[in-house]
Amino acid sequence: MSLLLGLTVLASLTMGAVHLPLSAVWRALASHGGNSDASVIVLEIRLPRILLAILVGAALSVAGTGLQALLRNPLADPYVLGISSGAAVGAIFALWIGGRIAAASPLAAFVGAMITMVWVYLLGRSGGRLASYTLILAGVITASFLSAVILFMLTLLSTRDVRGIAFWLMGDLSVTPVTELRILAPAIILAIAGLYVFAKDLNVLLLGAEEAVHLGVNVARVEMAVYLLASLLTGIAVSTSGAIGYLGLLVPHLGRMFVGNDHRLLLPTAALGGAILLVLSDTLARTALAPAELPVGAVTAVAGAPVFIYLLRKTAG
Amino acid sequence: MPEALHHLQVEGVSFRYPHFELASMSFEAHSGEVIAIIGPNGSGKSTLLEIVSGHLGPQTGKVLLDGADLHRLPPRPLARRVGLARQETILLFSFEVREFVRQGRHPHLGHSLFESPEDERWVDWAMEKTRLAEFAGRRVLEMSSGEFQRAVLARTLAQRPQLVLLDEPTANLDIGYQIEMFRLVRHLAISERFIAVVVTHELNLASELADELILMERGRCLAKGKAEQVLQRELLSRVFRTRILVDCNPSSGRPRVTWVTQQA
Repeated sequence: MSLLLGLTVLASLTMGAVHLPLSAVWRALASHGGNSDASVIVLEIRLPRILLAILVGAALSVAGTGLQALLRNPLADPYVLGISSGAAVGAIFALWIGGRIAAASPLAAFVGAMITMVWVYLLGRSGGRLASYTLILAGVITASFLSAVILFMLTLLSTRDVRGIAFWLMGDLSVTPVTELRILAPAIILAIAGLYVFAKDLNVLLLGAEEAVHLGVNVARVEMAVYLLASLLTGIAVSTSGAIGYLGLLVPHLGRMFVGNDHRLLLPTAALGGAILLVLSDTLARTALAPAELPVGAVTAVAGAPVFIYLLRKTAG
Repeated sequence: MPEALHHLQVEGVSFRYPHFELASMSFEAHSGEVIAIIGPNGSGKSTLLEIVSGHLGPQTGKVLLDGADLHRLPPRPLARRVGLARQETILLFSFEVREFVRQGRHPHLGHSLFESPEDERWVDWAMEKTRLAEFAGRRVLEMSSGEFQRAVLARTLAQRPQLVLLDEPTANLDIGYQIEMFRLVRHLAISERFIAVVVTHELNLASELADELILMERGRCLAKGKAEQVLQRELLSRVFRTRILVDCNPSSGRPRVTWVTQQA
């Protein structure tokens, strides 16, 4: 699968508004700091964006896998707990009060996501533990309330800002500056590694919380850790690139089809699969209407919904 | 695997919910013994089982297994000693049967990420004992309820506990499966030297196969002892609010519980 990811990255590097042959890509990668057009395009424009797609794709897919186990609900995705809506409110709020300070937006979005995370956590607790139904309800209600807030704020913004926000709400990888990768990469990798520590416990948790307790899992601790790490991954992903849909729902299911429910295999599979699919989707978003760009969230939604229905029919039948 | 004899002591445990009180209960058991807890719905059987499992802390009293207080053990060491099998909530994720049974090894994994060959051997053993070997690759959701109950038992066996707790292991099973399930527990308790505590509504199975019966009503222990002592006509008629007859099973000589068809 890593090989597949490598091939996808290479293919994606050649494609774009300007088509570059593989040989040009190779030269650009091999010679650091060349000044040719090709090397500027490859190293400074396409490569960072592909790296971002890999990170965000992995983050969303792993978060979705973790949340599905935590909530014991195969329909859970990273946005079910309202974190993306919180991020959106944060981003729009920054835009609203600060005019347009591009750099402040991701930070404000992240703050919004984290506030939502804590809020839903407090709402979803009962008897010292996270109760999956309470948590889902808390998330859904929070998300729908925040959506109303978003709509309200959008009516007060100028048309130009609204278009930018619409891209962001759908999910868009075009806005992140390269420097952010230096913070994002370690944060996402650490959070994924952190979740992997609980891979065995997640397997048992899928049987039900009571069963997990009787099989020696410290359920309260595992649930809290998984909730925090999955929310953190979602928050990071959403605040840099918006609410890219379907990935966090679909990739865990694709992973389950290939490797089953064992999280020791499923988590890495989801990470790689999510990375591959988001790189592919983003390549499509960059090239389909070149030189114009689609928001990548539009691509994942258009492609994701039919695939999900197909999966549903296949497993049902 | 030669193991020492285990000794369970339940000493004066009680528990109070807002609307229900479990009065002080005591009993003890040794390896190879099967204890059946019987009584009407809502009599506190499952609460007692939860307390004995070490997961529900009693307000008074304690539960000792080989002298160790179960309520003071951390989750993993507790799960290596005590296994609870019960009717489960519906699974939303489909497991292969073997994968399901393998989860019983979780408390034994320690820091290693994957199961050792020894873990796999215990999984094989548990599936063989419960006649599930041929189901290994099947999905749990595709099993009949009888097969599923066996899978739950297999998972608990794979856990290799010294104390096996079963909450209505024969619910939803036809009479053939019920008898098979009870016989299996009876047989394994002796061969594997564990203590079995079974909550059940099947009075006749308890009579035939348990060493000791505990009859509960409204949170109190009404009778405790051999089937002959506990399964008495007046007592059962009152507790179950219906006219009950107790005679003798001609094949085993144990008490047999039936009921009077016509209300007098």
